[in-house]
Amino acid sequence: MNFSIDDIRKQFPVLHQEVHGKPLVYFDNAATTQKPSSVIDALEGYYLHDNSNIHRGAHALADRATRYFEETREAVQHFINAKESEEIIFTKGTTESINLVAYTFGRKFIQAGDEIIISTLEHHSNIVPWQMLCEETGALLKIIPINEAGEILFEEFEKLLSPKTKLVSVVHASNALGTINPVKEIIQASHEVGAKVLLDGAQSSSHLEIDVQDLDCDFFALSAHKLYGPTGLGVLYGKREILEEMPPFQGGGEMIKEVTFEKTTFNEIPFKFEAGTPNIGDVIAFKQAIAFINSLGKTAIKAHEDDLLAYANELLLPVKGFIPVGTAASKVSVLSFNINGMHPFDVGVMLDAKGIAVRTGHHCTQPLMKRLGIEGTVRASFAVYNSKLEIEKLAEGVSQLARIKNK
Amino acid sequence: MSSIQDVQEEIISEFEILGDDKESTIFYIMELGGNMEEFPENERIEENIIKGCQSKVWLIAEEKEGKVHYQADSNTDITKGLISLLIRVLNDRSPQEIIDSELDFIPKIGMGSIIGSQRSNGLAAMIKQMKLYALAVQAKQNA
Repeated sequence: MNFSIDDIRKQFPVLHQEVHGKPLVYFDNAATTQKPSSVIDALEGYYLHDNSNIHRGAHALADRATRYFEETREAVQHFINAKESEEIIFTKGTTESINLVAYTFGRKFIQAGDEIIISTLEHHSNIVPWQMLCEETGALLKIIPINEAGEILFEEFEKLLSPKTKLVSVVHASNALGTINPVKEIIQASHEVGAKVLLDGAQSSSHLEIDVQDLDCDFFALSAHKLYGPTGLGVLYGKREILEEMPPFQGGGEMIKEVTFEKTTFNEIPFKFEAGTPNIGDVIAFKQAIAFINSLGKTAIKAHEDDLLAYANELLLPVKGFIPVGTAASKVSVLSFNINGMHPFDVGVMLDAKGIAVRTGHHCTQPLMKRLGIEGTVRASFAVYNSKLEIEKLAEGVSQLARIKNK
Repeated sequence: MSSIQDVQEEIISEFEILGDDKESTIFYIMELGGNMEEFPENERIEENIIKGCQSKVWLIAEEKEGKVHYQADSNTDITKGLISLLIRVLNDRSPQEIIDSELDFIPKIGMGSIIGSQRSNGLAAMIKQMKLYALAVQAKQNA
């Protein structure tokens, strides 16, 4: 590790508080990460000094706001190594990014009899838009099965592929189990049958190096708030040639080139997909979140988080009554588990009483929970600002609860 | 038998003894659930599940010597403990008493901060269902 956890923690004001009289241990990072002061300051700075609408104002404030806004687009481009900044579209989040593809690419290029492939690991956001599209178009949704460890069965995936496959939309890293999917192989195999590939990068983008050119994915979706950035903001990356062929998503504002009552012509990408006034302040602040991640480097972040996960497993696997859920060989820092004889909700409330914030339930992956034959799990998900001491507190709390129920 | 108000006061003072310590409060609630009457297995059906609760809650009621007798269960220990408090307050009382009751012990014991506001709504749904059962028993009595 080439950074100091203490120095990192100092940058996150929210971490320094007590909950129910105990120091906060925040392990709900897969739901949303906390924000460093630089992001909060940038957001405040925009409203204090630069608040203005972008792209059209002929005055200094509008000019500044536009420049900062477009600087973030470039920062995102470099962050995921897109070929050009025009391939970066700002959305409300991963969910909206996926819906954008379903509504535009889907409704133009997918017809009755075509097939869309997703996996058992998907979040509802990467299931429902495709179900809606299939219902509307008569296309078929195919599901890649998984093994007990929570890994997709690649040979089964290959069997599902055919010239009928128009789109493969899979999660890069599972929010519920942490599994990292072999996305490069998935993309290659999909391209061989002529299918396009969308990666749901909501969970992977904060942990893994993302290089969309090397991956060769056609679309990549992410959410800023899972990357130490603001909520209500996301990104859709798409290859230029595909984005250009896609119809606009929503009508109005920035997406227009010229409107007459007879006919409207649409703007170039990315503006074609950014109707209305965007989330300007949050986009500007997001640049600081990317800078924060870049300052540490994904390799160091991943190494630290892997350490935390390994330490948590080391302390908890021997505990009687501790049931790990999702034991894939390749994982991001998500520890999903149950305690024998206890409902996840009870575990979550008890841990909260100890100041430890975790998520409980189905994590918006009900079909996955059904496949695993469980109602839900307790999920502790780690971020770069978490420490080994915090892992010890979690292990202590979980062990205590497991002892009560598993004497 | 003490009045609904008396039982509520009792509960409030029990929770006051526990103080602000959330951990011991929750352990106490979980223990309370363990003392409940065994829920009949054949009643653990979809129709008896209360809508509006995040965890599963089964509730049934029957008339016993003019009073309303409740039985309930949940798949989570904390929720079960909370239901046991509601049952302690309302069980085996006349329908009119139940219908007229004002249950103010829930906010007074700080339930919102213990289980979160969303789950407090689930508790409110349960009280509503208990009152509906009382109304049904009363309607049957007046028929």
